[in-house]
Amino acid sequence: MIELTVNGTKRQVDVVAEMPLLWVLRDELGITSPKYGCGVAQCGACTVQIDGMAVRSCQSHIGEVAGKSVVTLEGLEKKEQHPVLQAWIEHQVPQCGYCQTGQIMQAISLLDLISNPTDDEINQVMSGNLCRCGTYPRIRAAIHAAAAKKMAEK
Amino acid sequence: MGHMQTLSRRAFVFGSAAIAGGIAFGAYGSAEAATGTAGDNPLAARLGPNSVTFNPWVEISPDKITLIAQHADIGQGVGSVQPIMIAEEMDLDPGQFEIRFAGPSPAYFNTGFADEFAPFVAADQSPAAEEARAKTLEWLRQAGLQMTGGSSTLPDTYDKLRVAGAVARETLKAAAAKRSGVAMADLRTQSGHVILPNGTKIAYVDLSADAAKIPPVLDAKPRDPSKWRMLGKPMMRLDVREKVMGELKFGIDMKMDGMLYASVKLNPNKGQPLKSYDAGKARAMPGVKKILEIKNGVAVIATNSWYAMKAVDAIACEWAPSAYPAEQADHWKVLESSFKPEFLGKEWRKIGDIEAGLKTGKLVEAEYRAPYVAHQPLEPLNGIGLVTDKGMEIWVGHQSPRFVQWVAATAIGLKPEQVTFHNQWSGGSFGHRLEYENVRVLAEIANQMKGTPIKLVFSREEDFLQDIPRQIAIARHRGSIDKGKILAADLQLASTTPLKGLLERSGTPSKDPDGQLAAGLWNVYYDIPNFRAASYEAQGLSPSTTWRSVGASTSGFFTESFIDELIHAAGLDPMQARIAMCTVPHYRKVLETVAEMSDWKGPLGNGRGRGVAFVESFGTPTAEVVEVTATDRGIRIDKVWVAVDVGKVVDPVNFENQVQGGVVWGLGHAINCELTYANGAVQQTNYNHHEAMRIYQCPVIEVRGLENDPKVRGVGEPPVPPAAPALANAIFAATGKRIREMPFNKFIDFV
Repeated sequence: MIELTVNGTKRQVDVVAEMPLLWVLRDELGITSPKYGCGVAQCGACTVQIDGMAVRSCQSHIGEVAGKSVVTLEGLEKKEQHPVLQAWIEHQVPQCGYCQTGQIMQAISLLDLISNPTDDEINQVMSGNLCRCGTYPRIRAAIHAAAAKKMAEK
Repeated sequence: MGHMQTLSRRAFVFGSAAIAGGIAFGAYGSAEAATGTAGDNPLAARLGPNSVTFNPWVEISPDKITLIAQHADIGQGVGSVQPIMIAEEMDLDPGQFEIRFAGPSPAYFNTGFADEFAPFVAADQSPAAEEARAKTLEWLRQAGLQMTGGSSTLPDTYDKLRVAGAVARETLKAAAAKRSGVAMADLRTQSGHVILPNGTKIAYVDLSADAAKIPPVLDAKPRDPSKWRMLGKPMMRLDVREKVMGELKFGIDMKMDGMLYASVKLNPNKGQPLKSYDAGKARAMPGVKKILEIKNGVAVIATNSWYAMKAVDAIACEWAPSAYPAEQADHWKVLESSFKPEFLGKEWRKIGDIEAGLKTGKLVEAEYRAPYVAHQPLEPLNGIGLVTDKGMEIWVGHQSPRFVQWVAATAIGLKPEQVTFHNQWSGGSFGHRLEYENVRVLAEIANQMKGTPIKLVFSREEDFLQDIPRQIAIARHRGSIDKGKILAADLQLASTTPLKGLLERSGTPSKDPDGQLAAGLWNVYYDIPNFRAASYEAQGLSPSTTWRSVGASTSGFFTESFIDELIHAAGLDPMQARIAMCTVPHYRKVLETVAEMSDWKGPLGNGRGRGVAFVESFGTPTAEVVEVTATDRGIRIDKVWVAVDVGKVVDPVNFENQVQGGVVWGLGHAINCELTYANGAVQQTNYNHHEAMRIYQCPVIEVRGLENDPKVRGVGEPPVPPAAPALANAIFAATGKRIREMPFNKFIDFV
């Protein structure tokens, strides 16, 4: 048994230590906002937070996550009022939406690091997140809007 | 079946004779799920007590209102705009109804294909063209062709869903009139209620039993757009919140009690069988429940998708070799040798005297190439299947419900009507979910695991290997310039056949020339006195299929690059020359609009360049200007302007998002994507090999929608074809370098 905390709840899973966190979340725990897109850290659709840092859950073996705290989009605090999620809705970013949970988790991490990012800074941090539908113009706009919301809250 | 066979034969005769010269048609005989006709309402069969359905799109029970999204939602917004068109007429608000995807039924035949399939260019609104379209529509009705594609979300449903909503509204009013004794003319509707003159409100759901007892008011008319509450105005897509909150379940997120997980390794020589395999190592791996042999490969059943993928990876397989050339270079050789009469698909259009025209003035010749490209939506192919003694149930995101029934049934010896299909929200498609790789193997696997629900997920690598690509093509274009004008253009291409291939795999083979090879080739609206457009169909190459914008994705690049070369040879301005040559007034307006938006004033200089391209695809004229800068790190795409005429912008926010996405799709793949074969398999198996556009390369994209076209047109695909030629033309303007082959990064660096 491997024990970890997911979205604030202690969970135990009986899988091999090499299993990527992504597949533990999806197939063992039924948490589906982290998406399988590439399996090799090329698309960012599986992005979650481990101990507060945005990581690709397809690259984190569950054995290494044991005892740590994982937060997926489902477990964000004050989700309904979250400035990034709010901005994503207001700008109607998604088309198919499959990559968007990963985009959002990455954007949250970006705004934690840089409170008011430039387009260049957005490009640098968000370029690992692929969107096949091409919602990039809206992702940029939503990040700027979320930055403004966060600053207004302070 | 007797009735259906007669019908199919008639459909085939009509398809091959009356529409000869149009788009390839299939004989629908083999693919009929012999249930119902276009006139039947499939909702009636499963209606609960005290419930009513007025047509195939509206169902009201005492506890809820359900609106049917006729098409598949592959990210284009079907699951929002289609129900909203009904809700607009019914005076329902978002939140007052549930949405369900249409099940397989001929009632959901796609009327939107009538224009694309009839043998007339879109701008031709003559009586002869309209008559041919009406005949094509009748054929579609008889065939019951239920398919999402061809940018038909709105062209197919704009009228019929608003009528469906109006019929529901008026019938509910009639039921309320009968109950209350108030004249129908004195009733009005608002927010899911019929409202009596004294202010009394009767909820629609409370009228369902009464409404079921009266005939529907079939002559109800949809409202004038000036009365719209939601349509035509910025509105919130109904799926946005759930997608942002991570609550929307895609097909890959579905789970069932007792379900096991499957992954597959299939012969990468597409369409060929498995010869032998050794699963010794895989059998002992963790989580593995079972190893199955299927027709073209092996499957592992496990307790977790990752266990299944790891184990299937460890199986050694011996494959039957490919039926097409094993090496990419030989694919190009076959194309090069396909410009011969025996491979002629069709001479689509001939104006003036092309041979004489080419002999006059200055001759310009150029050869262009476009490679195989993958679709690779971010949600990999997947599905859940359950086979029991009664038949099969399948949960999968797919664009062709009735063909899914046929493909699954055929794979395991069932009748199509024994397959129950549940469509799912899809994480993209771009044409991928018109094919059947996951459906066929899921049926085979579930059939060997009877009674257990099986969830199949393709690994990304397997998805790439099995992706039936966009057509590969070479164009050999010739033209002449005389007295500062284009005198002749002879457009010829050799290509694999995307639509023909799809129809064959759908069980509806066609011998007609592939009409998608005409798209972007024959529908050229410039005043060129001597013109010819012809396609050659290369034989024996990789299967190919429809990829966002299909034929025009390659032909648009060839045609608009060549037109640019001719304009340059004539010493003219690329924008002014196109505007001057454009023969259709409202198409000219599209070019004029994009010129105005971009403030086009000729060459920019200083390593900067602009290119323009104009393509009509699926009836939607689209003009794009791309601006680039040649930097010391390569070409940087700075900005794109797009003008597109869709007749009516129904969902403005989503419209802009779709157009921007189409531009990103067109640019990204033109820059850096190709699939190449080696040893019969594609060499690109993940996004690092086939990247397309990431956010750091994404330009600012300014969009304007025009509403001058006499018909309501789609916008999912039309922004794609002009993107690549506009970029190539911009690179030429900035650097003097003419790039005639995709992907462009083989010839020039990008920032």
